[in-house]
Amino acid sequence: MSIEDHLPALQIVVPLLLAPVVTLLRVRSLPWAASTATSALTFVLAIALAGQVATDGALSYAVGGWQPPYGIELAIDQFSVLLLLIISGASTVALVFGKASLDREIGEERAPLFFAAWLLVLAALCGMVTTGDAFNLFVFLEISSLASYVLIAAGPDRRALMATHRYIILGTLGATFYLIGVGLIYMMTGTLNLADMALRIGEVSELRPVLVAAGFITMGLALKAAMFPVHAWMPNAYAFAPHAVSVFLAACATKAALYVLIRFDFVVFLPHLAEHAAQVSAFFIPLAVVAFLVGSTVAVFERNLKRMLGYSSVAQIGYILLGVALLTPLALTGAIVHLFNHALIKGALFMAVVCIAHRTGSVQLPAIAGCARAMPLTMAAFVVAGLSMIGVPLTVGFVSKWYLIQACLEFGVPGYFLAAALLLSSLLAVVYVWKVVEAAYFKPRPEEAPELCEAPPMILASLWLVTLANLWFGIDSSLPLGLARAASMTLLGEAP
Amino acid sequence: MTLIFGVFLLILLVIVALAIVRSEDLFAAVMLSGIFSLLMAVNFFLLDAADVALTEAAVGAGVATVLFLGALALTGKEEARHTVSPGGRWLALGVSFATASLLFYASLENPHIGDGSAPVHQHVAPWYLANTLPLIDIPNVVTAVLGSFRGFDTLGEVFVVFTAGIGVMSILGVRHSLVELSGAELDARQRSLRHHLIPRIVGRGMVPLIMLFALYVQFHGEYSPGGGFQAGAIAAAAIILYSLLEGDDRGRELLPEWLLRLMVAGGALLYGGVGLACVLLGGNFLDYSVLATVPSAGQHLGLLLIELGVGITVTGVLISVFHAFARRASR
Repeated sequence: MSIEDHLPALQIVVPLLLAPVVTLLRVRSLPWAASTATSALTFVLAIALAGQVATDGALSYAVGGWQPPYGIELAIDQFSVLLLLIISGASTVALVFGKASLDREIGEERAPLFFAAWLLVLAALCGMVTTGDAFNLFVFLEISSLASYVLIAAGPDRRALMATHRYIILGTLGATFYLIGVGLIYMMTGTLNLADMALRIGEVSELRPVLVAAGFITMGLALKAAMFPVHAWMPNAYAFAPHAVSVFLAACATKAALYVLIRFDFVVFLPHLAEHAAQVSAFFIPLAVVAFLVGSTVAVFERNLKRMLGYSSVAQIGYILLGVALLTPLALTGAIVHLFNHALIKGALFMAVVCIAHRTGSVQLPAIAGCARAMPLTMAAFVVAGLSMIGVPLTVGFVSKWYLIQACLEFGVPGYFLAAALLLSSLLAVVYVWKVVEAAYFKPRPEEAPELCEAPPMILASLWLVTLANLWFGIDSSLPLGLARAASMTLLGEAP
Repeated sequence: MTLIFGVFLLILLVIVALAIVRSEDLFAAVMLSGIFSLLMAVNFFLLDAADVALTEAAVGAGVATVLFLGALALTGKEEARHTVSPGGRWLALGVSFATASLLFYASLENPHIGDGSAPVHQHVAPWYLANTLPLIDIPNVVTAVLGSFRGFDTLGEVFVVFTAGIGVMSILGVRHSLVELSGAELDARQRSLRHHLIPRIVGRGMVPLIMLFALYVQFHGEYSPGGGFQAGAIAAAAIILYSLLEGDDRGRELLPEWLLRLMVAGGALLYGGVGLACVLLGGNFLDYSVLATVPSAGQHLGLLLIELGVGITVTGVLISVFHAFARRASR
């Protein structure tokens, strides 16, 4: 067997095993360098894996050589590849981008532990989107949660600890609910392998425990994905985390939980539980609509820029959820492509805000007044990413909104209302993006405020890399759309 | 008989749980949670899950209680006045009640305990029972499932322990207070039981026996209940007992910080390294069969090494976490 056959395992194992090595590196900057190199290697592995899936289709890897359902299976298809690209790409960019701010916020003493935790989050998120086993997924969910608590708690002031505490309580609740659900399904089917579970759940005669399990799993993952109304942990966790951590987690942490939710719903429950489709739609569509209306409205009134972006993420998760709940191929494609696009949009926006914070030392709205004159490139990137979030043509935001609105319109009159709500939420996005633009471009810089200058070149380069990706994939969206279309076809059980 | 005993234990569990929630004295709550874990361990034992029972007793009743006490030394022994609004409390009660009734509703159609026709006994489990001896050649099926058939999960669990360890060390500060103290100062700051003769003499006699038992549990895991997690917790308990009796500084002399760091990282790396060695020798990740010419011998070797890795990391993490708390408290 050549090394290519082991890519699915290496994707997880490389960052996982380098984490303990990083804790032993006591030399200045070495932990950062080692983690960045590892993260870049993980990204390369993800690209190689994407190539394999593109030529050979879905892959299965039997860990330990034991065939599923007896052993643990890693199952990789287009959907997991898309998520792997997002996760490893976001981690790498955030590390390169965040070196300066991390040096300041973390300190040399804690650096080895901090970067080890970073690699653990990376490995565990990769694990969550590649494993084909419900319990193995729980193990990775635990690693990713614990390690992200460590990352967020490393934030510069004590409010980070309070935010982490809240996240720990809600995150533990979410993980426990997921585990209860998996336990109930195991009780009724005797298997933990997802594909095998899907086969055997159809033969279960007493459906009551399975139904309760579906509820627990949905609720647990909703907590992890910061889905409205159980999103309370998220805006503060992102606001008080170290800047680079906000960029990384905002781009991909909730996405992994959404991925698992979609996987479970479409693979295990939907084909075998009668009425599950109606329940999913009835439960999720109202929540999704309220999520994006409330999230956008709160963002309009928020004066802390990082919290504003956090509430905007609550709204964006609402869009994704709407696409999932409509249950048509078009809507699901829109939802999955928005997973990818939102990572680019929110990544770029958070990075621009971090650049400003790097120079002004604050993320409050008044502090950025008039900063566009001194930092034209940073603010230009913010404007482009902001337009992308609103959904202006030629940006990635437009592609996902286009799919979602088209999918809404397929439903006739109720669909018109959904589309109208979606547009209303986009208008609210115009308002809060404009608030920042107005402050930066049209307010004068206060007299006593210190002189500003443009962000350092390396930081600026990574910011513009992501910003240009917003335009690139907005103009030529064949890569994410191709993967999303294939993924939604497999999930809905239609031949691609 | 087992049924009556089981019902009795479960009722006790409920009573203890209520007492923990009601208690405003946190010291009492910690002690009660230790009792809760012991009752849980007996429950697991009644259900013939001896491996789980051993872990629950060592970790839940032993090490966790010590760590809770360490945390209490940093905070306070009384619960703070309630800051939750009455509305919030009713909401919490409502959510808990809804969760409990859902679980109850789901359990109405549970298969009975020991029902051979239950789905869990029909599908994967019989395969494990039938194939552990021919494929892995050890009598303890639990060890075979955890270590080999589902070895990837166990690797993940080791990293859960590892992550928890670096989390505590990162949050409680790395070495802010590592000031060298002279002997007299040390004695003045002494909070150990060094001056209490009876606990010290009894305890010192117990430390080597606990260590010996840890080694037995570690290396006998293939034949009887046990393995790295349990052995690691028991070994850590021995060192923690020594630190409690002789003072945290003596405990740190015994296992200095650099060695602990190496243990925390090294055990996890040993486990993962075995997996990578399998890849290099031509098998899948964690396929121990390729480690020796005879597949079952390879499985033996692999299990021995990974259990050793688990034990080293668990011991290292638990002791480091204990030191992190103790150091904070003595500042």
